[in-house]
Amino acid sequence: MQIIESPKVYDAVIVGSGAGGGMTTKVLSDAGLNVAVIEAGPFFDPKDPETMTQMKWPWESPRRGKATDSRHFGDFDMAYGGWSLPGEPITMKGDTDFMLFRSRMLGGRTNHWGRISLRFGPNDFKHKSIDGLGDDWPIGYEDVKPYYDKLDKLVGVFGSKEGLPNDPDGYFLPAPKPRLHELYYIKGAKKLGIPVIPSRLSILTKKLNDERGVCFYCAQCSRSCNQYADFSAGSVLIFPAQKSKGQVDIYTNSMVRSVVMGPDGKATGVSYINKDDGTEHVMRGKVVVLAASACSSARILLNSKTTGHSNGLGNSSGVVGKYLHDSTGSSRGGFIPAMMDRKVYNEDGVGGMHVYSPWWGDNSKLDFKRGYHIEVWGGMGMPGYGFGMGLDGFNEFMGLPKGGYGEKLRKDVKRYYGATIGFGGRGECIAREDNYCELDPEVVDQWGIPVLRFQYSFSDQEKNQAKHMQQTFEELIDAMGGKVFGKTPTAEQNYGLNKGGEIIHEVGTTRMGDDPKTSVCNRYQQLHDVKNVYITDAGPFVSQADKNCTWTIMALAWRASDHIVEQLKKQNI
Amino acid sequence: MDRRDTLKTLLIGSVAGGAVSGTMLVGCQTEEAVKEALGVGIGRTPFERERDANLMKEEFLTVAELGVVATLCDIILPPSDSAGGASDAQVPDFINFIAKDIPDLKIPIRGGVAWMNNESLTRFGKGFTDITNAQQIEIVEDIAYPDTASEVMKPGVNFFNRMRGLTLTGYYTTKIGLDDLGYVGNRPNAWDGVPQDVLDKHGMSYEKEWLAKCVDQEQRNVKAEWDEQGNLLT
Repeated sequence: MQIIESPKVYDAVIVGSGAGGGMTTKVLSDAGLNVAVIEAGPFFDPKDPETMTQMKWPWESPRRGKATDSRHFGDFDMAYGGWSLPGEPITMKGDTDFMLFRSRMLGGRTNHWGRISLRFGPNDFKHKSIDGLGDDWPIGYEDVKPYYDKLDKLVGVFGSKEGLPNDPDGYFLPAPKPRLHELYYIKGAKKLGIPVIPSRLSILTKKLNDERGVCFYCAQCSRSCNQYADFSAGSVLIFPAQKSKGQVDIYTNSMVRSVVMGPDGKATGVSYINKDDGTEHVMRGKVVVLAASACSSARILLNSKTTGHSNGLGNSSGVVGKYLHDSTGSSRGGFIPAMMDRKVYNEDGVGGMHVYSPWWGDNSKLDFKRGYHIEVWGGMGMPGYGFGMGLDGFNEFMGLPKGGYGEKLRKDVKRYYGATIGFGGRGECIAREDNYCELDPEVVDQWGIPVLRFQYSFSDQEKNQAKHMQQTFEELIDAMGGKVFGKTPTAEQNYGLNKGGEIIHEVGTTRMGDDPKTSVCNRYQQLHDVKNVYITDAGPFVSQADKNCTWTIMALAWRASDHIVEQLKKQNI
Repeated sequence: MDRRDTLKTLLIGSVAGGAVSGTMLVGCQTEEAVKEALGVGIGRTPFERERDANLMKEEFLTVAELGVVATLCDIILPPSDSAGGASDAQVPDFINFIAKDIPDLKIPIRGGVAWMNNESLTRFGKGFTDITNAQQIEIVEDIAYPDTASEVMKPGVNFFNRMRGLTLTGYYTTKIGLDDLGYVGNRPNAWDGVPQDVLDKHGMSYEKEWLAKCVDQEQRNVKAEWDEQGNLLT
């Protein structure tokens, strides 16, 4: 065996091709730099009929769309990977039950995500100053705003100008009209004084440029759009980057092991395994950018133990892997008798909600400090596995006889179709040093790389927030004249709080700061310890905010990439 | 074609295509059917292709067992005035597949079928598919209503609940089922709001200020441009 070194020295080697890696690739290529993109999964283009699942019918899946071990969100979902990966375990400390979703494919998790694209607000960067918990970011909204603005125009996001203080407006495409269940929601929320505004999703409701199509309302963004009308990192960033000024070479099925260091204290590239033939390689670059996801980038750093970096690379502070946090989540559903026996028409909208509620609460009157937003679902969607299995739940609510067969069943199906509503609360978890991932000292994956081990728990902050979500959801369903499904989750059940990682918004493992003793990278996401290593995934987040993280990952990746270009020009790195 | 004829066709179809041994199995009769069932057209990865091919090849329900399943499926969803029944929508094949895909379903389904046959033998001296339709309905009536069924019927009730759910899923995820439901999505569209008659029926309306924020579908193909304040100009 030998290690094969790339003959070429790239300007930058980028690890990962999702939101952060994709944006870095685009910006560096636009600046004329030559980059290598190292992706652990296969090539993927949403347009390729060989891999496409969009616009298929339920019967084309023998299991009618049911989830499998290879597609945890259903047989048509466009994520190769999931909560578990063959040959790549994760381990837990104590009674921790953390979940880690990994998509191994070009574009990563952006191929199936919810496209919810929310800017962080001014308060979200300075929460310690407001409520004393966690830490402030070294940067503020004004530093990121220009990038959010550019991002809106480059990638496209629909929404509406609302003038809310902590939910900043941007350059929005027009919003889709609410559907019937969303009109019921608006009406119900109004009674409770909960604001509702058009949702903000990176889906093109209007033409943005000549390279991408316009949304045709199939509600299937989770299958990745063959018209490139939704944001996926491959179709929107990496493919355009290949046509831009720089050279972009994509290395797929390549699993990065560690960052390789030179004698001068600078990184010289990354070592990786070609998964197709098991060969070991080193990809050389003047700059190394880690964008493998918050946890996977932390893993690479921790596994890069070299002279002077016995603790792992960039870890003189000892905080790599720490301050891991995911959005809080708690969900509830119900059904609205007034929506029974609906007239059936084509109600497929964009791939997700058309309306949502940004955080409205006054924390000084609540027993928790941070907020959450409410996501809404419902409507007459395409049937899949599980359709019709819950009829007796409805009959019970209506006091009608359960069970039966024949014509009665056909009537029941039609009576209840499209009469359900569901809510997901997605909120801010307080970042804590004692929530972390680290290398398991004993367990390796199939390539011999030490795996991640997790320690994660919730404080009363998160639990009380989930309790508030559940109360709110019950009040909302009640205000809509509906009936809530199931029983109120108890304190023992953490009020229905999703497990850590289950919302798939892991951030914070390589947090930024001005003090190298308490942070991994600086305000430009450059390692304090190694000047030519940057991180452009969600690792550098100091806190999560009650917003989903993707839009901020990309804005910050753009900002960090500008810094890389500038530093290379100045020959500082 | 009545239910029994449908069943007969189903069984003959499988005999014609798949008879290799004494235990004939119903599943993929033709290459075309295998291809279709494998979802070749839905972008499978090599791993998925192989896994699903193996599931297709695996033998589970025997012809006799499948006969009981098909009979029940057609009692659960017989043809209506306007739509075919469960067998027309190949629901028994779906149930045979899903039990292989979710192995935990195998014993409940096999055991449920055996319970049905045993109940039929006890009451009428013949297996479930050999008794008359009226006799079949007599047994089904005793297990189809969970609220009022007697304690001794519980295993049958559980089985019938499961068969009802699987039949509904298997049926309403086919073209026949989608047409029966009236589903008209999964095709290119330009969503432009709830139809007026539906708004009226539900006492709903769109607020003017809200509509001002929404897409004008006439302008959707005109490239977006904004002023410096983020106001959309086009």
